[in-house]
Amino acid sequence: MPVSTSPHGIPVWRLRTTRAQWLQFGAWLLGISLFLLCWKVISDNTMWVFVEDAGRQGSDLLSRMMPPKWEYASILWKPMWDTLNIATLGTALGIVMAFPVAFLAARNTTPHPLVRSLALMVIVSSRSINSLIWAMLLVTILGPGVLAGIIAIALRSIGFVGKLLYEAIEEIHPTPVEAISATGASRLQIMNYGVLPQVMPAFAGISVYRWDINIRESTVLGLVGAGGIGLQLNASINTLAWNQVSVIFVMIFATVLVSEWISARVRHAII
Amino acid sequence: MSEHAEAYLDARQQAARQGQWRRLPLIHRQWLRWAIALGVVVYLILALASVEVNWARVAEGTSRGLRFIGAFAQPDFMSRSGDIVDGLIESLTMTLTSTVIGVMLAIPVGLGAARNIAPLPVYVVCRSIIAVSRTFQEIIIAILFVVMFGFGPLAGMLTLAFATIGFMAKLLAEDIEDLDWRQVEAVRATGASWWQTMNHAIQPQVMPRLIGLSMYRLDINFRESSVIGIVGAGGIGATLNTSLSRYEYDTSAAILLIIIAIVLLCEYSSSHVRRWTQ
Repeated sequence: MPVSTSPHGIPVWRLRTTRAQWLQFGAWLLGISLFLLCWKVISDNTMWVFVEDAGRQGSDLLSRMMPPKWEYASILWKPMWDTLNIATLGTALGIVMAFPVAFLAARNTTPHPLVRSLALMVIVSSRSINSLIWAMLLVTILGPGVLAGIIAIALRSIGFVGKLLYEAIEEIHPTPVEAISATGASRLQIMNYGVLPQVMPAFAGISVYRWDINIRESTVLGLVGAGGIGLQLNASINTLAWNQVSVIFVMIFATVLVSEWISARVRHAII
Repeated sequence: MSEHAEAYLDARQQAARQGQWRRLPLIHRQWLRWAIALGVVVYLILALASVEVNWARVAEGTSRGLRFIGAFAQPDFMSRSGDIVDGLIESLTMTLTSTVIGVMLAIPVGLGAARNIAPLPVYVVCRSIIAVSRTFQEIIIAILFVVMFGFGPLAGMLTLAFATIGFMAKLLAEDIEDLDWRQVEAVRATGASWWQTMNHAIQPQVMPRLIGLSMYRLDINFRESSVIGIVGAGGIGATLNTSLSRYEYDTSAAILLIIIAIVLLCEYSSSHVRRWTQ
């Protein structure tokens, strides 16, 4: 009980003991010094001359963007369709690959601990690398185009879907599994009738959620040449056509809002 | 509706007694099931028809792909170690400062975006901040900030901080919206001011989750800091991009392995912190 005594010998309640107080003080000191050190590194690497006129640059940028060139939208439909395809086909490919990986990675369905750690490694490396980096790699390998984007999205989705799905598999009720195995079912039948029905709603929800995220990510894949509306964005930025950029931003914003709404509705209906 | 469902269940039981059992479908209504299946097929045909693949280019790139996979077997950490270390230090500093600044700014926005403690005008403003920050990918924000603040890690830090606001504020607001209201009432009943209510009724309830989310965001910010370098916002991404465009795959493999290792470390330590706070 953290209690100290007043000069008159009466115990006074305190929130923390002296030791805890000092520890907390030390932690704050350490954290703040680390933050300031990091800030110094950034500040040393920054040209403050450019920062000083950031306000002017910003208002200049806004004035160039402001009357958006709406007629530019007419040639954006095809890139937008490509973007949607990258996201959807990429998600589909990704979940097809993530499904077996998740079953191999879940502690209760994995055939062998060694296989499990291998599957976990696949999940971690897919998760740690951003889809843009995957796209950069694939563009150098496969050449620019929609295909690189689709595969990049798929590779990034494996980790996300795989992780959430294997966590869902580990949390299932063991009783249906026991009941099915008591009937003498084979390993595959146990999966099919005991495990799968329990994780199916979670699986559908995760897939739709990932699709929603992928729509967002596929809008920028074009910046590294992997197709979609990002290509148009890159071209417009490179030619400093900021009034086209604002049209693209409006389109991305609308698409993302719609996809978020769809995903929320579907997930609400499933769960 | 319920009669219909009962009839359906009866029919299922009848069929099961005769030895014809099928499991319950995920989607109950039959027409909806067929409509979804048909829609998927039509979409797949349309989509696959519009994907153009240059197979000659793919075949040409296969050898390069194999070389890249081979590079993972013997990554080259040494020959560009100076650039890699510089990029890493920049990425790590950007990650830390942006998370701290972003979380500090996200707390007021999050409080304002919780419907149960904020008045409507504040709620609308804060929710729109969240929507804008969440819709645009970090890299788009980075392009704009690089134009405004010049090349370098400052633009990257501001980008990540901006993205952190949307993420943290949304989750914080959701957390506040479903907290235990009785504690707030109890504190208010003692005549506490607004600040005291925040400090003694709301903060203790959301704090563990806030710490956990901040750790998670630290992890995300590091991952993002590895890409915003592509558009000139500093960090390891610039190094990676250069090595890829120079076809120095052994260096790129080394950088990717370092990123994976750091993310693993972050994840491991953040799961420890989360267990400790809860």
